[in-house]
Amino acid sequence: MAGEKRKGLQLLDFWVSPFGQRCRIALDEKALPYEYLEQDLGNKSELLIRSNPVHKKIPVLVHDGRPVCESLIIVQYIDEAFSSSSSLLPSDPYARAQARFWADYIDKKVYDCGTRLWKTKGEPQQQARKEMVEILKTLEGALGDKPYFGGDEFGFVDVAFVPFTAWFLTYERFGEISVEKECPKLAAWAKRCGERESVKKNLSPPEKVYEFIATLKKKFGIE
Amino acid sequence: MEKATENAKNPAPLKLLGSWASSYTHRVQLALRLKGLEFEYKEEDLGSKSEELLRLNPVHKKVPVLVHGGRALPESVVILQYLDDAWPETRPLLPADAFDRALARFWCHFADDKLGPAVGAVFASTGEEQEAAVRQVHENLALLEAELRDGAFRGRRFFGGDEVGFLDVVLGCGSYWLAVFEEVTGVRLVDADAFPLFHAWLREFEALDEVRETIPAVDRLLEYARGVRHMLLGLAGGAGAGGDATEAPAATAAPPAAAPPAAATDIAVDI
Repeated sequence: MAGEKRKGLQLLDFWVSPFGQRCRIALDEKALPYEYLEQDLGNKSELLIRSNPVHKKIPVLVHDGRPVCESLIIVQYIDEAFSSSSSLLPSDPYARAQARFWADYIDKKVYDCGTRLWKTKGEPQQQARKEMVEILKTLEGALGDKPYFGGDEFGFVDVAFVPFTAWFLTYERFGEISVEKECPKLAAWAKRCGERESVKKNLSPPEKVYEFIATLKKKFGIE
Repeated sequence: MEKATENAKNPAPLKLLGSWASSYTHRVQLALRLKGLEFEYKEEDLGSKSEELLRLNPVHKKVPVLVHGGRALPESVVILQYLDDAWPETRPLLPADAFDRALARFWCHFADDKLGPAVGAVFASTGEEQEAAVRQVHENLALLEAELRDGAFRGRRFFGGDEVGFLDVVLGCGSYWLAVFEEVTGVRLVDADAFPLFHAWLREFEALDEVRETIPAVDRLLEYARGVRHMLLGLAGGAGAGGDATEAPAATAAPPAAAPPAAATDIAVDI
């Protein structure tokens, strides 16, 4: 049984993870069928530990038995391994570099700052709020007047950031940040992306994200 | 690819803004040399960043920044991949196969996200805190050693195969700090007995002409590292900053002692 290599695509994931959702969106954009395997992060499966021994984290994409880890690496892998269907990354080298730069920026900044928004209070929370507004404004600057980050087509950076739009409500309620007010272009972009099938299907409803975080806050004793 | 042939026939000038002690800068210098690409180099004073740097990298305000045909490319890992995309006729840094590329990117992220900060933490601390950081470094090196021994990179001369690639450049430009830090802190980081394959790889890497051309002389690195360590420990101890370092730390000293690794990265003493 151990030697058997499963064919096809499996995604080890956790329902509310924005990182996992990047992968789900990318798979759907490329019309790739896959098996979704919800993971219990409180009691990690042998499959997860075996597939990602270094970090033991989701998401992990398993392709013909071989694991690929880290959401942006997975998205690039999907784009490169299945290159016959429409590309998520642009073809121009400079445009590709810009796409990688902004995806990297999103990875470095958004989740960490978002976590501090709901996990902290007082001065650290004020600091997190200030930073989040700056991050969102910077991203809005990168978007400009384009329909998507990559231009006319939904692409890599859009995939990288769109799952976090489901967290805007949570940022609003716990962090008192109105994305609509601070970054109207970004809010419009979020709405536009929300009309795509791949996004509609895979983003968590914002109220569910909020409930999830509210539960975590109670668990950590942060009120 | 039209753009690529364009580059080969009418090469637009390449300019690199960097800092002599920054391993991120070295990554780009090495990559350019490996690809045989000519470039102009401008040394930045990180304690007093130029208007040009701030204009070209307004988001992070860091080196390295590669300027190609007037367009700015920041972030070493982004730059390395750009070089492959824009000059596909030169020796590629990333492997051709999608899965191998994913592996190279994974370990590159590991180097920047885990190993680098762990080494930085060793350098910025003492006593028990340092011992914990050393254990972390050893755990990380053990993971790489395992991949070299019976994992993804088993039997290879370099992470890239017979020739250096993306991961060698990223890991290698930074690993030279290990010996320097060992000298300055008196702490053993890469035991040749505990990590024989990593050790062997590092020796092979450092012997390459392009690498010797890129990495600064050891005595310069030692002097620099001694100065930084002296200052970092001074800050962590709460005593006022010495102020004699030319690097950014004096300006970025504001965050409290909880951030030694961040300070280490800001002054480009990193892996």
